[in-house]
Amino acid sequence: MTRKYTATELLASVAAGLLEDNSSVFVGTGLPMIASMLAQRTHAPNLLIIFEAGGIGPQVPVLPISVGDSRTFYRAVSASSMHDVMSASQAGYVDYGFLGAAQIDAYGNLNTTVIGAWDHPTVRFPGSGGANDVGSLCWRTIIVMRQDPRRFVEKLDFLTTPGYLDGPGAREAAGLPAGTGPYRVITQLGLFDFDEATKRMRLLAAHPGVSVRDIEEATSFELIVPDRVDTTEPPTDAALSAMRDIDPTGMVIGK
Amino acid sequence: MKSLEKGQGKLIGWRDPDEHRAWVAQHKSRALEDKRTSLKDAVEAFVEDGDVLACGGFGHIRVSMAAIYEIIRQEKRDLTLCGKTAVHDSDVLIGAGCVNRIEVAYAFGHELRGLSPASRRAAESGRCEVVAEISNAGYQWRFSAAAMGLSFIPARVMLGTDTLKKSSATVVEDPFTGKPVTLLPACYPNVVLMHVHRCDAYGNAQIDGITIEDFELARAARRLILTTERVIDNESIRETPQDTVIPYYLVDAVVEVPYGAHPTLMPDLYYFDEQHIGEWLRLSKTEAGVAEYLDRYVFGVDTFQGYLELIGGAEQLEYLRQVEHLEAPLQAPWLEEKRR
Repeated sequence: MTRKYTATELLASVAAGLLEDNSSVFVGTGLPMIASMLAQRTHAPNLLIIFEAGGIGPQVPVLPISVGDSRTFYRAVSASSMHDVMSASQAGYVDYGFLGAAQIDAYGNLNTTVIGAWDHPTVRFPGSGGANDVGSLCWRTIIVMRQDPRRFVEKLDFLTTPGYLDGPGAREAAGLPAGTGPYRVITQLGLFDFDEATKRMRLLAAHPGVSVRDIEEATSFELIVPDRVDTTEPPTDAALSAMRDIDPTGMVIGK
Repeated sequence: MKSLEKGQGKLIGWRDPDEHRAWVAQHKSRALEDKRTSLKDAVEAFVEDGDVLACGGFGHIRVSMAAIYEIIRQEKRDLTLCGKTAVHDSDVLIGAGCVNRIEVAYAFGHELRGLSPASRRAAESGRCEVVAEISNAGYQWRFSAAAMGLSFIPARVMLGTDTLKKSSATVVEDPFTGKPVTLLPACYPNVVLMHVHRCDAYGNAQIDGITIEDFELARAARRLILTTERVIDNESIRETPQDTVIPYYLVDAVVEVPYGAHPTLMPDLYYFDEQHIGEWLRLSKTEAGVAEYLDRYVFGVDTFQGYLELIGGAEQLEYLRQVEHLEAPLQAPWLEEKRR
């Protein structure tokens, strides 16, 4: 019997499970930080965490508020610079990148710029930040976001960050580094990957208590649903304790 | 080189490198001169209406808020801001009406704290024009190109996206690989504000912790105003030259302003003042609130010292030191709201 957990704790523990020991991960604010710190405190003690402002290989003591926070280079191997970490990503040293988004499409392209027209937006979001760089340069991108029909869309209002663009071969044709692209999508409903042949999003696993129908109803594009859909593992007690230690004020995981 | 795609964003801060070299030869002194001055004089001398402005640091980290408040106090107008992870700086400058154009890598948000009411209102109403989009690495490398005295630099970002379409970059066929590659135009801001841990009277400056974009940004700037936690003697610099990030000839003004990054974080010295940032986020929900904030904290005080008294003085600053050193728990009003 596992303890009660929040949706965010489930997301973070599923995300943490994707990160192997001795791999490198480019981490953004919020849930990606929890997931990476959790992985480092459980199965991946030598996970190399990289922050865009220049923190390399920290042992993050408590959840940072910002990707440039002093906590992002606490007991780090290097307090470096944006040029250095972005160059390392461009040169192929970064295995995983973590991103969030306001909208995603079937090819894993992301929007964090505007809702509505770009020059007359209904809602103005912060823009690319490091997202386009992470989605362009890291080997495998993991996207963590909320799923509903307005967020899982057929057509983005703005393509901020490249997924597989419009299908197989499109990234390479655009000049993006070969062999890169979206790897997994994690939402409050389930876990997804991308079909090798079409590069379209495919359901891998539903969270406990979530049906395939729930997931399809929360998706505005045609989702690939295989015959066999797994159920994700809920967070263990050890993972829950670790997360409450990482985020004692409940800033991201909630209370 | 075959041109494949041209971004439609407005090009800001670009210079022909020969024009820049000539300007540098004429305006940037190589003399070891005492550049200490007041914030008032530095901003009067080096910030002009219509300038392209960039701030050192990142988000809420090591931002020269003291210089930003002085720009607001002097009612500078029509500035174009380099939105290179511009967070509190851009929000306050846009809210105050100083900045009406911005090139955006990241703006209009306060990371975990949520979106920025003041600058979002300005962007959504058209009062602040977004002239172009770019990515963080894209901006970093625009400054790298300028720091190297170049016209552009190639990079493998923004390809295939609307970010590229709305940027000032160009995609060409790489003459070596034959693959498409992005050419980022150099960005030479008219003026850069930067807060450092220590420097000497000439401007030789040292930064503790991550340098973020500041190594290149300091070199890309035409005019560079340094605010510093403390001024140290030249002998101390010469004993630790390996720690000098910014050599004096890049610097136009040195202003000693302890706590000059408040309410942003200064590594090893003080953490984010979440109470103060929270007050701004709460007040900036309305234009009347923006005016109230500026009247109290900017126009209502003549000096940064006066501002520090208003935000809680020595007691609050000691608390921020403790949080930075993990000796006291974080208190944040926006966090309380989130929990409700």
